[in-house]
Amino acid sequence: MTLKSVKEFVIEKLIYLCGIISILIVVLIFVFLAKEGFSLFKTVSLKAFLSGEKWYPISDPPSFGILPLILGSLFVTLGATIISVPIGVASAVYIAEIAPPRAKEILKSGIEILAAIPSVVIGFIGMTTLVPFTKQILHLPTGLTAFSGSLMLAFMAMPTIVSIAEDALTAVPRKYKEAALALGATRWQAIHRVILKAASSGIVAAVMLGIGRVIGETMAVMMVTGNAARIPHSLFEPVRTLTATVAAEMGETVQGSDHYFALFAIGIVLFIITFIINLIADLSVNKK
Amino acid sequence: MKRNPYITEKIAFALLFLATILVLLPVIFIVFIIIQKGISAISWEFLTTSPRMGMREGGIFPAIIGTVYLVAGTLVFALPLGVLAAIYLTEYAKDNLLTRLVKLAIINLAGVPSVVYGLFGLGIFVIFLQFGASILAGSLTLAIMVLPIIITTSKEALESVPRSFREVSLSLGASKWQTIRHSVLPHALPGILTGIILAVSRAAGETAPILFTVAAFFLPKLPQSVFDQAMALPYHLYVISTQVPNVAEHTRYGTALVLLLMVLSMNFLAIVVRSRFRKLKKW
Repeated sequence: MTLKSVKEFVIEKLIYLCGIISILIVVLIFVFLAKEGFSLFKTVSLKAFLSGEKWYPISDPPSFGILPLILGSLFVTLGATIISVPIGVASAVYIAEIAPPRAKEILKSGIEILAAIPSVVIGFIGMTTLVPFTKQILHLPTGLTAFSGSLMLAFMAMPTIVSIAEDALTAVPRKYKEAALALGATRWQAIHRVILKAASSGIVAAVMLGIGRVIGETMAVMMVTGNAARIPHSLFEPVRTLTATVAAEMGETVQGSDHYFALFAIGIVLFIITFIINLIADLSVNKK
Repeated sequence: MKRNPYITEKIAFALLFLATILVLLPVIFIVFIIIQKGISAISWEFLTTSPRMGMREGGIFPAIIGTVYLVAGTLVFALPLGVLAAIYLTEYAKDNLLTRLVKLAIINLAGVPSVVYGLFGLGIFVIFLQFGASILAGSLTLAIMVLPIIITTSKEALESVPRSFREVSLSLGASKWQTIRHSVLPHALPGILTGIILAVSRAAGETAPILFTVAAFFLPKLPQSVFDQAMALPYHLYVISTQVPNVAEHTRYGTALVLLLMVLSMNFLAIVVRSRFRKLKKW
């Protein structure tokens, strides 16, 4: 072998290694979450962890039930989904099918800017403007509620939903639309009876990835939801999400304590939830 | 009763337009309010001095520097790894189970919550590899987080280079790597660059992954090595808006403005590079 072919051999092996590194990282993430997280289940049963109604990690004796946190995440996610899905899909339709080319470019750049704003900045603005506003308008004791969190997160899920749904709509073959129009359908009829149906699997993926974004969001939600770890009964109460719990409490735990293990166990729960959501999104895109 | 389909269409289009406005109006609102309330805080002193009086006075210089270090560190790891992974996927990977798994792993990595990356970084870099809370640990954590962005955009850029470019090079006797190096990569470069800029912007703005891996509440001096902790701009904004009471409004908005400007200017750059590239593309 010449020096040159040795060099190529090394480069190609390196490329191969980098190629499969993402699998390695996913495995490593799970291994390291599990390594710390599973230690919790030596002292707390899985059932008590998932369905326990009390999250008192630093009381004596401590209680590690994450049901209030799961419900907190669920409330906020549900609220955000209800708001962001119809608006997001509608604006995707507008951008993909109705907006003139020039406006389309501007709108897409606007969506990109929205996606780029750091979540801590959105949380900060939510804290200083939205929270006092909801408190005043709805006459609540505090504006730090699941509702404020939902609004904030709906807004943050928008870029994901709009851009992926828009891609799906644009990918529908031109012929479908032309055939519908040739049969005498109006543009709107062509859009909602033909194009939306043809793009439905892509739109499902967009919605799933938007939900994934909402569940995983941390900083903004921590800053506007009030962080009360108890079971919520309405959208207008303070809640604490899974992500916010980890972010807020990890700094105060002792490494190797049950509390520390419990936060990693929450990490496992989050990892599994987002894994399933991404899998569903991926399957719905690759169905055809 | 049958409604006139043209009136239905008008109403539907108006609603769709309204939805689009509803998505974009808050963006304008956020950018406007941050500029309006933050601009008065921006001064040479604000940008080049350390915080004083328990964060209530002084500037944000160490936080800016910390973020610059972190972003540079992130690029050192994520750039070669991400681009090589994209080359593997477009040029070498066969259509088999392994490739399918790699793609699934990338999609999954893109969806992992940022705080879970923080936990992972804490577990592997800070504790297991004993880097401690440090710029090294934070950069590695952020690098893994932005990897899917770099891989996906680089892959798209490489895929957009026509097959014929490769065929011509191979037919002239070039080896596979020579073909990639000289006939494919140069044409994909602007696309790859766009991805890298977007990754930088993401890394600069994230808070959750650096919470337990590097970020310091306050440091009296700048970090001296990669094993030191550092302050970071997004974490600093979080600290002065939630942890420290009575920070003047214009200081908080000023910090938000600097962070926003850093991130948005990079995204703007990415948009410019991409549109230049589109115009130059001749195939």
